Amino acid sequence: MTLQEMLTPRLGQALRPNIWDAVALILVIGAMVLIVYGGEQTALPLSALDVTPVSLDPANLPVYALRTTLRMLLAIACSIVFTFIYAALAAKSRRAEMVLIPLLDILQSVPILGFLTFTVVFFLNLFPGRVFGAELACVFAIFTSQAWNMTFSMYQSIRNVPKDLEEASQSFHLSGWQRFWRLDVPFAMPGLIWNTMMSMSGGWFFVVASEAITVGNTTVTLPGIGSYVALGIQKQNLPAIGYAILAMLLVIIAYDQLLFRPVVAWADKFRFEQTASAAAPTSWMLDLFRRTRALRALTYPFAALNKAVSNFHIVLPGSLRVATRSGPPSRIVDGLWLALIAASTGYAGWRAYEYLSATLSPSDVFSAIGYGFITLLRVIVLIALATLIWVPVGVWIGLRPKLAERIQPLAQFLAAFPANLAFPVFVVIIVRYGLNANVWLSPLMILGTQWYILFNVIAGASAFPTDLREAAGSFHLRGWQWWIKVILPGIFPYYITGAITASGGSWNASIVAEVASWGDTHLTATGLGAYIATATEAGDFPRVVLGIAVMCILVTLFNRLLWRPLYAFGERRLRLG
Amino acid sequence: MLDLTQQPSLLDIRGVCRSFPKGSGEELLVLEKVDLTIKSGEIVGLLGRSGSGKSTLLRIIAGLIAPSSGDAKCRGETIVGPPNGVAMVFQSFALFPWLTVLQNVELGLEALGIDSAESRTRALAAIDLIGLDGFESAYPKELSGGMRQRVGFARALVVHPDLLLMDEPFSALDVLTAETLRTDLIDLWTEGRLPIKSVLMVTHNIEEAVLMCDRILVFSSNPGRVAAEIKVDLPHPRNRLDPTFRQLVDSIYARMTQRAEPRAPATEGIQGTGVGMILQHVSSNVLSGLIETLAGPPYNGHADLPVLAGSLQLEADEIFHLGESLQLLRFAQLSEGDLMLTDAGKRFAHLETDARKKLFAEHLMNYVPVMGLIRRVLDERPSHSAPVARFRNELEDHMSEDQADETLKTIVSWARYAELFAYDEQAELFSLENPH
Repeated sequence: MTLQEMLTPRLGQALRPNIWDAVALILVIGAMVLIVYGGEQTALPLSALDVTPVSLDPANLPVYALRTTLRMLLAIACSIVFTFIYAALAAKSRRAEMVLIPLLDILQSVPILGFLTFTVVFFLNLFPGRVFGAELACVFAIFTSQAWNMTFSMYQSIRNVPKDLEEASQSFHLSGWQRFWRLDVPFAMPGLIWNTMMSMSGGWFFVVASEAITVGNTTVTLPGIGSYVALGIQKQNLPAIGYAILAMLLVIIAYDQLLFRPVVAWADKFRFEQTASAAAPTSWMLDLFRRTRALRALTYPFAALNKAVSNFHIVLPGSLRVATRSGPPSRIVDGLWLALIAASTGYAGWRAYEYLSATLSPSDVFSAIGYGFITLLRVIVLIALATLIWVPVGVWIGLRPKLAERIQPLAQFLAAFPANLAFPVFVVIIVRYGLNANVWLSPLMILGTQWYILFNVIAGASAFPTDLREAAGSFHLRGWQWWIKVILPGIFPYYITGAITASGGSWNASIVAEVASWGDTHLTATGLGAYIATATEAGDFPRVVLGIAVMCILVTLFNRLLWRPLYAFGERRLRLG
Repeated sequence: MLDLTQQPSLLDIRGVCRSFPKGSGEELLVLEKVDLTIKSGEIVGLLGRSGSGKSTLLRIIAGLIAPSSGDAKCRGETIVGPPNGVAMVFQSFALFPWLTVLQNVELGLEALGIDSAESRTRALAAIDLIGLDGFESAYPKELSGGMRQRVGFARALVVHPDLLLMDEPFSALDVLTAETLRTDLIDLWTEGRLPIKSVLMVTHNIEEAVLMCDRILVFSSNPGRVAAEIKVDLPHPRNRLDPTFRQLVDSIYARMTQRAEPRAPATEGIQGTGVGMILQHVSSNVLSGLIETLAGPPYNGHADLPVLAGSLQLEADEIFHLGESLQLLRFAQLSEGDLMLTDAGKRFAHLETDARKKLFAEHLMNYVPVMGLIRRVLDERPSHSAPVARFRNELEDHMSEDQADETLKTIVSWARYAELFAYDEQAELFSLENPH
């Protein structure tokens, strides 16, 4: 290829549109119109929500679905921006890291639905009388369910950038800013995309819970699939629930095909490996855009802009640069910094104590902890049950590659499926047969999260080396021996990953799952989730704070004392290859 | 040939030292008072064992780490951060997998703020020069190792550095590919087509150094310092079979082993004495295999290191490492580029497995002080067990954490072979309870 050809990418030809351009253009314009339409709706005054209340007419569902999707995408966009800033700060500055990472760890275990109480009030006050405030509250709720794992993934990637690439970028005089965009971000990309997809799936649960919310005497109902479902439950309209599930299914398929698959296929080049993998992910959507001419030509300015931005000569403060040459860190500054952290922690603790002790007595604390242990018991029993069921099933599927290939996406869809849509069925059954709510509401907690165990076990069993299976076969290992000596150790690290996600999700779900209703029938199970949910509805903020704090502590302890050691053990001893 | 003395120096290193923190918090010296001057028009090689600090020196010159003391100047300016006019080629290639060949090559120019038209021209020229034509739009993972390292070279050459640094650039490649790349590079250099003034390369391959360099600095280990400077006046292209070439290689082999003579035989290359001896792990299988090879024909107990290295397809570095382990255990003696079995070594070669283990155990107890120490502690304690941490702390008084890790790994592996004591990985416990 000559130089001239490379400089001018076949200019005359490139601008002549082809058929793919037409298809792609329609898709792009369609997306723009939808976004603008959805955006316009949020500018209305709050009273407009009462004028056109959510109705169960299925004809409204496409619009509701659109608005729900826009909220989710907006939340993902916020999460990405947050991730870039937070993760970069934590990874590049030692002092920021001291605070940011433990903070992230706690934020991860805070029950998101408990957050709603404060954020709805905050955002409604920020934009009094506008729908926008309520929309922001909802988006924020989704954001809080999506951001943390993305941030962790990015932080860990940046910390683990290969040393030789780091040295290369230093030695070729890349500035800190250039290095961030040329090295850190691309290296973090595969993990970030995978976590974004997980977050998007997880977000559905919270969309459904946060579009229609009552805090004290404020009730906000934003048009969307979530409020449609809420109304359906209230009106005991089973077909409406069916429509909502169908609409959601279509939305999930649409963004998977139109958004995530192209992104995954495109991002394949960022995978850090030295050999080409056998099967690269593909996407018809990406192929379509790659075949267009005019639209691709339109992207050149963006590519140039991207290049220009990453080449900005921004001088970052010293601490953000690669800190190989800076001498030993100053102990005085460290001391001051620690003192500052201690002071603000002390102040925050004091204020929290003051606020809570004004209305609560120690007996409240004990009862909250008691409820916490009841919910803890539920989580443990449910994880154990799910393990008994899904580990054998997952192994069976995972050892059959053809089947696994077909089941895997299904399991991932089921994980995305907001379990709250299935609640009505449970309530109807419990009421009809007069079952004990304390026992039979519990499965709702794990309804959505058990799939993480399944698809991680499938992944583990699929990755189990054939030679080990053959060796086990040739030594006639069968039955129990085969399970205990061969396959269970083999899938252990995968299982733990799944179980951690499932247990975290179950805690969160308890706030919704321990209180379920169908029309006028309200069922309550005793537990910390119900405690928080009831307090939220009553607008009893001190109890909400107390409940959240107890849940936070329990989740963190549970993770530290059980899951982390198990995870470390699995990684150290049982990771194959 | 240019008269080197008339040239201004590109690089001036005066009394550079570098130390790293030890496990116990003290400093471990890895580079001691190194002097080095590089002028225009020469290829200089830093030759040494792993751990001799040669890579550390290269990174100091590249501005990636700072010297603990001493003066490092590049083109008259003290090196603070990567200096201008210096580019580096990495052992692991260090290519960005998400950038194409062309984008990888352009990266260094972009960082310098060179406008895109010019950077494209220069990148294509560099790609052309290094023989990568046609691969511009390929991603690194689509290329073979040799092609990847060519990208590494193109990326370094495109910035037209005065000094090209190479960190064992051929050691990750197979023998044939490495040879092609070396010859191509030397051809371009002798034809004056490389846009550079001088080259500084780090290597542990003696033949490679003799093949490419005008001047070789031989580093000794622990702490690293320049043990000798050897001029290579052979004209390019050099022939490996040329008697002068062979002689030079043999003399460097000898030089790198001869320093064992004046001191106690066990100490060369193995730093520290007593309990603080730093051990590098070699499998007992490899040691037995080497002893058998040495005992059998054609060596009959006495081998010339370059010949042995050639026939076993080992790098000089690896053969030294093995030889020193045998020497430490008194199964062999290193001297003047030769490896000779001791009487114990000859006996070992003809023993059965259990008798070998017994002999090995005997030598471990006699010549590796830390083994004796651990065994004594285990014998004395009523429980006959002791946590590893107890010995790790003691080791870390003498060495860095990494070295302590390596030493512990060696202790565990050798003790297991010799059945001296057992190790429980989960409890991190040494004990006398061998499962029988």
